[in-house]
Amino acid sequence: MKKQLQLGILAIALVTLGLIACKPKNMTSAVTGDAALKAFVAPGQYDEFYNFVSGGFSGQLAVYGLPSGRLFRVIPVFSVDPEKGWGYSEETKPMLNTSHGFVPWDDSHHPEMSQTDGEVDGRWIFLNGNNTPRVARIDLTTFRTAEIIELPNSAGNHSSPFITQNTEYVIAGTRFSVPPDNANGDVPIDSYKKNFKGHLSFISVDKESGEMDIAFQIKCPGVNFDLSHAGKGPSHGWFFFSCYNTEQANTLLEVNASQRDKDFILAVNWKKAEEYIAAGKGRKESVNYAHNIWDEATHSGTSEMRKEVLVLDYEDFDDLCYMIPCPKSPHGCDVDPTGQYIVGSGKLAALIPVFSFAKMQAAIAASDFDGDYLGIDVLKYESVLHGEVKRPGLGPLHTEFDGNGNAYTSMFVSSEVVKWNIESLEVLDRVPTYYSVGHLCIPGGDSRKPFGKYMIAYNKITKDRYLPTGPELCQSAQLYDISGDKMQLILDFPTIGEPHYAQAAPADLISPNSVKIFKIDENMHPYATKGEKESKVVRDGKKIHVYMTAIRSHLAPDNIEGVKVGDEVYFHVTNLEQDWDVPHGFAVIGANNAELLIMPGETQTLKWVPEKSGMFPMYCTDFCSALHQEMSGYVRVSPANSNVPLRSGLGDTAPVSGE
Amino acid sequence: MEKLLVAFIFILMVSACGGSGETKEEKGTSPSATTEKKSEESPEYDPNRGHGKWTAENIGVTDALDAAKAESGEKIADVKCSSCHKMTEERLVGPGWSGVTKRRKGEWIMNFISDPDPMIEKDPVVQAQLELCLVRMPNQNLSDSESRDVYEYMRKNDGVK
Repeated sequence: MKKQLQLGILAIALVTLGLIACKPKNMTSAVTGDAALKAFVAPGQYDEFYNFVSGGFSGQLAVYGLPSGRLFRVIPVFSVDPEKGWGYSEETKPMLNTSHGFVPWDDSHHPEMSQTDGEVDGRWIFLNGNNTPRVARIDLTTFRTAEIIELPNSAGNHSSPFITQNTEYVIAGTRFSVPPDNANGDVPIDSYKKNFKGHLSFISVDKESGEMDIAFQIKCPGVNFDLSHAGKGPSHGWFFFSCYNTEQANTLLEVNASQRDKDFILAVNWKKAEEYIAAGKGRKESVNYAHNIWDEATHSGTSEMRKEVLVLDYEDFDDLCYMIPCPKSPHGCDVDPTGQYIVGSGKLAALIPVFSFAKMQAAIAASDFDGDYLGIDVLKYESVLHGEVKRPGLGPLHTEFDGNGNAYTSMFVSSEVVKWNIESLEVLDRVPTYYSVGHLCIPGGDSRKPFGKYMIAYNKITKDRYLPTGPELCQSAQLYDISGDKMQLILDFPTIGEPHYAQAAPADLISPNSVKIFKIDENMHPYATKGEKESKVVRDGKKIHVYMTAIRSHLAPDNIEGVKVGDEVYFHVTNLEQDWDVPHGFAVIGANNAELLIMPGETQTLKWVPEKSGMFPMYCTDFCSALHQEMSGYVRVSPANSNVPLRSGLGDTAPVSGE
Repeated sequence: MEKLLVAFIFILMVSACGGSGETKEEKGTSPSATTEKKSEESPEYDPNRGHGKWTAENIGVTDALDAAKAESGEKIADVKCSSCHKMTEERLVGPGWSGVTKRRKGEWIMNFISDPDPMIEKDPVVQAQLELCLVRMPNQNLSDSESRDVYEYMRKNDGVK
């Protein structure tokens, strides 16, 4: 019976494949007969890997399974999500606070998983907010955003959030240089060279709690920091940042920031920076940034404004920063699993330079410099070069590694992935992508221990790959089997938002730690209602606090009278369930925000300000049982001057008028 | 064209099916720990004892009431049970608790409240209740001692002194 079912599903998969195969397009050449089988995970079976994919302009993080490409969850991070109440409930609003106030959206590009000894450890995943510079930490036991920290002195947090091999620091380099926060920013734009600076933030991560803190920043010349990666193994202690616009243009960058034959990869000795900080060489600068943290005991976020940051000015030290010349506006900046090689991807170059960490150390020791760039020693290109991958394709962007000595580089302009050997620099294989590939991901592919079984390419353009959906088409991921010599395309799947970077890890590193419920007896929310007996409605001036419980399948109280126009009603709903996968939702007619989605044992609060008198139904939005449709109630709202008493209840205790 | 397509799919299927079993098992991991458990257990279900670890011997009940346990059980029930169960005979979401310790054995009650799902699947009394109430009793994640205390509270409610 089971076999039959699987055969039936296979048949459907193959019919689909067959139909695709008959379409006279170039895609046929890329798909071979056993592709569907390789990506097939039978119904009821778990995937082998989790894949965390940035949502780009959606501001969120999507969680897929590999090799199936099935979407499990969209984790709200920087953007509000009415479906989950994220940014709408009273508890979650502080999480999106910034020095600009409540910012309900961002552009998230790069997830990076925490590491121990250079290997992904499955504890947390960090994500950058590109627009209003922030870094988020997502807890992989709850798959929820646990913390968001804003970055002072920064704008366009693109070169972020890459981490050191024991998650000592999460690093964030600013893409847009700007005048520092404590300087007057009201200056002529063409004073860029004089007034604009690029800051690199080193965010420390508490080993136990994961809590982030900006340990220090390094003030660098005003250029654009694009991407970065930490050294590892022998290069642990160093960080590498690709820079473009070393021309320091402030207008028409498309032309004016593409003038130089070579820009740079900035190599930072962060162990040295730590020493200077410990020696008191950091300057305290006054800034203003938000630090928002979620407390799982109170089920609430809090936001604190911080006023100071420690800054090391690159000009004060001559052994902190070095420039590695890198052709043509480098984008990706990737360090191989051995930590010996740094791959720069000059997005406008027709080759891929690979730099040697050992040669770089030797050149620094010998002061083998080729002058300086705004006071930073510039290493000689030939002295630090391991070699160049010749004619790899057009528009190299990003490189991932399989742990077997091979690198995989995405080619945006020629829409392909090129596999090459790191030692010999020889191109071994190339496969097309559909189309305009950006980032690549191999599970653990930027760590010391990649799991080189699959590679995923994230594409910007899908024209003609999926059924059309009007002018806006989906973006996509493409899954390749890389276990053999040749890369083999085995699956296409659409993604939410625009996928940039992604991370993937074996499922058994994460799934055993997944939280199933929040224990009701550990709920420390100040308005928690632990048991229906405690449910009540309390007036405090114009504020009305409803202590409400939800359990299959009723709300308590479900009849509320005595609310008046102009009151602020706070529904504090506690889900009394203690079983996995039984959230309750809560919604009230006309609420100008969203619903609540409350996990078992949790309390969440919806604020509602009724603007007219009348009858207002409320109900559970998450189909919870056969009597879900009965899980509802009424709030009676009376005019501001009415003397209807405040009363509430459920069943026997519901208000009785006798009418 | 249609015939061609069918033939093509057929060929694909035949070629694809070779050795499929092995590939699949390597890739997917079975999520169902519960399925394994089921296959281990003996096919005979004791409707007096229910499904679970509790037996007449290990629930540790004496004739006299353990007042401390009953008091603790009441507090637990207020948070986790009383939304659906009244202390009288009246049915709310689930049946009222009055008389339950006389109708059912202690080990059956403790097994059921510790882990309702397996018994909802097979116990005739629970299934009859489900037809009346239409709401599956939720697993409220009671610890061993919590189950015991709640059971003592039920006994107190039924007049045990």
